Amino acid sequence: MLEINGLSVCYGAIRALHAFSCRVGQGEIVALIGSNGAGKSTTLNAVSGIVPASGGSISFKGEEIRGIAPHRIVRLGISQVPEGRRVFGRMSVLENLEMGGYTLKERKRLKEGMERVFSLFPRLAERRNQQARTLSGGEQQMLAMGRALVAEPQLLLLDEPSMGLAPLLVEKVFETIVEINRMGTTIVLVEQNAHMALAIASRAYVLESGEIVLEGSSADLAVDPAVQRAYLGGAV
Amino acid sequence: MLIDPYIQQILVTIGIGIILAQGLNIITGLTGQLSLGHAAFMSIGAFSGALLTIKAGLPFPLVVLAGGMTAAVAAVLVGWPILRLTGDYLAICTLGFAEIVKVVFLNLDITNRAFGLTVPPPATSVPLPLTVLASALLVSLASQSIRCSRFGRALMAIRDDEIAAAAAGIDVARHKVRAFGVSAFMAGVGGCLYAHVLGYINPSDFGFLKSVDMLAMVVLGGLGSVPGAVLGAAFLGAAPELLRFMASYRMLVYGAMLVALMVFRPDGLLGGINLWDFALRRLGRTSQRTRGEN
Repeated sequence: MLEINGLSVCYGAIRALHAFSCRVGQGEIVALIGSNGAGKSTTLNAVSGIVPASGGSISFKGEEIRGIAPHRIVRLGISQVPEGRRVFGRMSVLENLEMGGYTLKERKRLKEGMERVFSLFPRLAERRNQQARTLSGGEQQMLAMGRALVAEPQLLLLDEPSMGLAPLLVEKVFETIVEINRMGTTIVLVEQNAHMALAIASRAYVLESGEIVLEGSSADLAVDPAVQRAYLGGAV
Repeated sequence: MLIDPYIQQILVTIGIGIILAQGLNIITGLTGQLSLGHAAFMSIGAFSGALLTIKAGLPFPLVVLAGGMTAAVAAVLVGWPILRLTGDYLAICTLGFAEIVKVVFLNLDITNRAFGLTVPPPATSVPLPLTVLASALLVSLASQSIRCSRFGRALMAIRDDEIAAAAAGIDVARHKVRAFGVSAFMAGVGGCLYAHVLGYINPSDFGFLKSVDMLAMVVLGGLGSVPGAVLGAAFLGAAPELLRFMASYRMLVYGAMLVALMVFRPDGLLGGINLWDFALRRLGRTSQRTRGEN
């Protein structure tokens, strides 16, 4: 579904991503793990068009999408949940979700999309008229995910969904990610919480300083001594 | 008109203030892009309108619309490059643009250089104060309908988070330029009316202080609030007159009132208050702002 070949991204003179290649198949959950500054978020931002790439190719369903503006990428069926729960703070939960369906032409599809999000996150339905900035951290994460789901994307890019959440909530969020995937959405997941990410992903790529150092099935990576040492906190 | 000319003059000042405040509120309040150069668009509207009356003698409604359109076109042209900037950088840029407009008008023959233009009474039978107040009402209604539209919600999304707005499929650059154009249109209409009410305009009238006046109205009323812009303009228009009995202490007290307002109501008079919700609650009903529900 998504194929990235030799992707490079530079911020000024700093190379954030170098010759990055990966493939994501239909219906998969693929995780990108690695430490701070490894280039995980940069990869997602390059796919969604927020950050311009300096080289390489990104193809989605066989079509080259590198260099397309972010608002057009959304229309192709790729939605991103940006890092750090970027909800529209002074707008209500309902209005936030409506913005998620901004690209939908038909009123009916918007309503269906919102119903789907409410059934996935009943909590959001309870708070539909509340201002987004008054929600708790977990609720804001749900709202950010819900907003991306309204337009029914084929590919969902999740950037650090566990960031700053209590362990119990992290588990809840990951359960929901699996559920979203079961409903037919392909997912690329960026996580520092490698343990959780490997538990739900089918395959994973390990990034270090902008380059892939390891890739493979999650099961293999989870028992890899190098991964264990660096990202899973030593012995299992 | 039956009203006392002094009151009438204050009402006209407030009416023009409302139009200007609604304009600035679109770009700074709703879209969150700070403009410190809105006097430039007022100036462009004032001079283009005045010239149309002087040279072409067009009917007044056409003159007012043309004044607004000229300002809007200028805003779109200047908006493409500068709206890529945000925050302080954008503010400085708009400030610079306003200075350029002022200097250009001060040196053009057609705007009569530093002498300014004397504007003849407009070619219309409708009394000017009535036109101003009706325009203020129309502009406010237009503002409110923009705020409640899909376009308006997209603007507010951009204000709250540009990256997330882009990720939701909103063309951020285009929306900002459009908002800037609408905003400048209103400023141009306000400027055109101002020119015809006063009967004399000078490029120096539209300096930095004018821009700050508009900003004060919007901030005082509550950024993003349409009724707030009305209230802010009314307050700033009436306060200096109401305080006239204090003679030389007048501007001192006026300044102190501004400071006190910002300390006690930092979000503005109507910031964070939804008048419609408030009214419904007063009527003893529960507030239902959920369009498209039932």
